Amino acid sequence: MDLVIEWGQVHALLGENGAGKTTLMNVVYGLVRADNGEIIYDGSPATIHGPTDAIRLGIGMVHQHFMLIPPLTVAENIILGHETVGPVSTVDVAKARKQVSALATRYQLEVDPAARVANLSVGMQQRVEILKTLYRGARLLIMDEPTAVLTPQEAQGLFEILRGLAKEGKAIIFITHKLGEVIDIADRITVMRHGKVVATTTPGESSPADLARLMVGRPVMLQVNKQPARPGKAVMQLQHLVVEDERRQTAVNGVDLEVRSGEIVGIAGVEGNGQNELVEALVGLRQPRAGTILLNGRDVTRTSARTFISLGVGHIPADRHRMGIVLEHSIADNLVLATYDRPPFASGIVRQLGAVLSYAKKLVKAFDIRAKSPAQPVASLSGGNQQKVVAARELGRNPKVLIASQPTRGLDVGSIEFIHKQIVTQRDAGLGVLLVSSELDEVLSLADRVAVMYRGQIVGVLEGKDAERERIGLMMAGAA
Amino acid sequence: MNQRSRALLAAVLLPVISVIAGFVVAGLAVALSGSDPWQSFYALFQGAFINPRALPETLIATTPYIFLGLGVALGFRAGLFNIGAEGQFYIGALFGVFIGYNLHGLPAIVHILLALLAGILGGFLWAAVPGILKARFGAHEVITTIMLNYVAFALVNFLINNGPMVDKASSAPRTPYIDPAAQLPILASGTRLHAGLLLALLAIPVIWFLLDRTTIGFRIRTVGFSPTAARAAGISVAWTLLATMGISGGLAGIAGADEVLGVSHYMPPSFSTGYGFDAIAVALLARSNPWAILPAAFLFGALSSGSRFMQFQTQVSADVISVVQATVIMFIAAPVLFQWIFRLRRAPAPAIKIASETEGAAL
Repeated sequence: MDLVIEWGQVHALLGENGAGKTTLMNVVYGLVRADNGEIIYDGSPATIHGPTDAIRLGIGMVHQHFMLIPPLTVAENIILGHETVGPVSTVDVAKARKQVSALATRYQLEVDPAARVANLSVGMQQRVEILKTLYRGARLLIMDEPTAVLTPQEAQGLFEILRGLAKEGKAIIFITHKLGEVIDIADRITVMRHGKVVATTTPGESSPADLARLMVGRPVMLQVNKQPARPGKAVMQLQHLVVEDERRQTAVNGVDLEVRSGEIVGIAGVEGNGQNELVEALVGLRQPRAGTILLNGRDVTRTSARTFISLGVGHIPADRHRMGIVLEHSIADNLVLATYDRPPFASGIVRQLGAVLSYAKKLVKAFDIRAKSPAQPVASLSGGNQQKVVAARELGRNPKVLIASQPTRGLDVGSIEFIHKQIVTQRDAGLGVLLVSSELDEVLSLADRVAVMYRGQIVGVLEGKDAERERIGLMMAGAA
Repeated sequence: MNQRSRALLAAVLLPVISVIAGFVVAGLAVALSGSDPWQSFYALFQGAFINPRALPETLIATTPYIFLGLGVALGFRAGLFNIGAEGQFYIGALFGVFIGYNLHGLPAIVHILLALLAGILGGFLWAAVPGILKARFGAHEVITTIMLNYVAFALVNFLINNGPMVDKASSAPRTPYIDPAAQLPILASGTRLHAGLLLALLAIPVIWFLLDRTTIGFRIRTVGFSPTAARAAGISVAWTLLATMGISGGLAGIAGADEVLGVSHYMPPSFSTGYGFDAIAVALLARSNPWAILPAAFLFGALSSGSRFMQFQTQVSADVISVVQATVIMFIAAPVLFQWIFRLRRAPAPAIKIASETEGAAL
């Protein structure tokens, strides 16, 4: 594969998950060795055996998950590994701070060098990561899915910074799977599919629809096609719900919310504002400290996950591998993970494998799970098909309410389209859906009502038609 | 190589080659100590299979390995490391011998069944303690089961060495002999081979069925693979761990009772020769597959019964067998080492793994 990056440009690397974007960049950064081919850097072939070589050449990488040490200050994090040494081998902190300040001013990345990283917002931490690469003399910056953890406003701020850096003559590789961002920020766009470059283009030449088609290899519906909701009775009601996290800190602080049958309620919010704890409470995996959960009017607050399941609560968990599927089990066993001990899948304690298999065959077909046989381990499926297994299991047992947490995270466009369609179809058939997603686009395109969560509270509920991006973005940041 | 044949290779070939490697390493140890490894291993083979009554003795030793191996394997399938099989074996034997010598005049079938059930109960109760500690407080079973081994040894020692269960008529410290009705019938006259072997052989399909065909087994395997996913699916992880621990202990307990009823007919204070610890190796070698427990237990039975003759014949210490066992375990427990030595297949390029990080392909 060939990829040409020019100085002074933001070059977007667009592709579905698993298209090879991150691998490619890991090769450039020296984390992974290429099987063959070469990297020409600044006109001459470069050998990059590890990050040290990459840094020496002026290549910097900002990983999707930040590589910062929270208890240390900004300045300390930035100079880490390249410490300015004062007399008697001590770290010259004062000098480091001065250097960092100068750097921050030069690139307009205002951040207090003396602040502890632990106390910074995610957006600020990202700035520190960028400064770290600049401090090491980076001229080529690789940003791996940098907006995944940002609010829309923070993302705009990041784009400003990146444009400024490009103007300075630096090259930026921007890895993403979000089409909108690419149009916003990129000077050039390279689209990857199955490890190959399928096109290099510019935002002027290609529309989002073109890009989506290149990414997936076929035309894609970008908008979710759905009729207005016709909500019925409330299926799930939360009354002043308070939930604590592992450290016994209040994570959900007095949430009142109602999900009616036949509607999709979206919860928008930056990750880590209590969504996970809320979801766990709503599926019976976490005991709320106070408040009430009503299912079809029945109080289920202090019951078990088992009760929630048997009363018709479906759950698509955010963490597919930890909670959604059992990788070592077959597709069929995963499809009955919550109903394995009920007829017809068991009589007494004896499992009825024939019934399991024929049920699995039905679901594999209905949910378009691409597998040779329902008996193969779920680990052998792609991420998109694994998620279809989860969706098939949860929707296949006809729940009354579905709690879907990041239901399409890390999936390819084709699978996202399919899962969205399934959720809307079931909504039209009377299912109540609570959709939790940190992808604002997903919430906006699916939800009939949008509740914005900030620091454990619902700071506002907007009807679908009033849900403007700008306004929600401000609410997500706690500013409205 | 496709997935199926690779799985088969891993399941069959790796253990077999591990065993061969075990003998190679042990052979080197024998050679280093100045003896002839071929002669020694031939004596081992003679002692296990050829000599008069060798095969029955091997089968006698195989019997507890089957029960205990199944028990440890069952624990493995739930993600539990039951190191307490030895202690549960002791308590099972204790309960079994108690019923064996205290009741008289019962029909043999009833007496035997009662004694075996008592053994199961003893092992079950002994294993339930770490089970409860794990389920309720998250106490790690490796620690608690090891500790309970010592408690079991001490308890047995107290009861049988001058304690309430000692046979006062005997000069050596031991319990009284069990009632003849409680003795397991001999399968082949002129040998000590007893009906316990049949029970052990029966236990294999029973445990297989439990694991592979029942809802309990499904729970056990699901919890073993992913406790978090099990919990999200409404499976009670605590209950499953407790039940698994109990069944595992029950199997160790029946092994103990079976040993008393079939072989010794009384119980001395130091009873086992480390069966419960060897059983961990048996389960590992069988990769926790109930069917594979049979050849693994047979191998360990042969090693243990053949080693005595080998020591007698060639003056090579029976401890050489420990070298075989240890090497086998090393190879089984470290498949990476194994693949590296034998270059069975090229290790998958790390590039692919890192790339699929977000997709989280199974490792």
